[in-house]
Amino acid sequence: MSRDDIFEKIQEVLDDALGVDEDEVTPEASLTADLGAESIDFLDIVFRLEKTFDFKISQGELFPENLTENEEWVNDGKLTDEGLSMLKGRMTHVDFNAFSESDRNISTIGDLITVNSLVNFVEIKLAS
Amino acid sequence: MRWLWIDCIIEHEPEQRLVAIKNVSLAEEHLHDYVIDGTPVMPFSLMIEGMAQTAGILVGSTSRFREKVILAKISKATLDCDVTAGDTIRYEATIERIDKAGASTHGTINRRVAGGDAWERIGKVELLFSHIDNNLAGLEFPEHNFVFSDNFKMILETAGLSHLVETTQENRDATINNC
Repeated sequence: MSRDDIFEKIQEVLDDALGVDEDEVTPEASLTADLGAESIDFLDIVFRLEKTFDFKISQGELFPENLTENEEWVNDGKLTDEGLSMLKGRMTHVDFNAFSESDRNISTIGDLITVNSLVNFVEIKLAS
Repeated sequence: MRWLWIDCIIEHEPEQRLVAIKNVSLAEEHLHDYVIDGTPVMPFSLMIEGMAQTAGILVGSTSRFREKVILAKISKATLDCDVTAGDTIRYEATIERIDKAGASTHGTINRRVAGGDAWERIGKVELLFSHIDNNLAGLEFPEHNFVFSDNFKMILETAGLSHLVETTQENRDATINNC
């Protein structure tokens, strides 16, 4: 499946899950900041991606979860070097470059999940 | 589940499908608040709740009601025509996806008009449920299962499905404390 085909299917997934128009679903659009996704929408998106692309997604594989439970990863609301290293290794579909140069406030980490990162994720899953 | 919007369960395929019935009666006060062109109408929001209870029992039964299952999202809901007093509603829920974090369900609403024999499909409802102990990490909830209360156990017993409920020590303690 080509990257364009994956993108089109993800447009449909986000249209159904978030009630957004397909033209709002641009590659750079952030699911939370631009498309209005809330935490429970992530579960909905995971289920729809599994159904659409016929693979299984483990909890925490697509979106960062439960980071605050580990003090080595988050300190005073900021992602630590260990936390950033862990996420970069576990979530190769996400671009952490700008985030690593910022103040690393954990409350904004959800904004890193863009449509493009979903396409990356599906591409990696289908290739594995 | 304090207010029941289903009367009985009529079919159950474990971990797949559950069907429930609701008889609409003029004795129900809410019908008198929704009168359209002189006809008392069952509010669609309450039919969505009926579907949520049907699908919620189906999802909860997969873990023998150990998980606290709450309705997290109404993904889609459509209704083609109204339901009125004397009609019967048939909620049919199937599980589309389920894991530790939650479940998505697909449901159809069917209507049998008063005095009729045939069922007609009049609506669809897609729902998302969350297993809150697994999905809302960091928040604390009571140990006992406050979602599935005595009312719903009565429905299960009536349908001959009480074996689906696992009586945990926490639930026994909660029942004693509530007496």
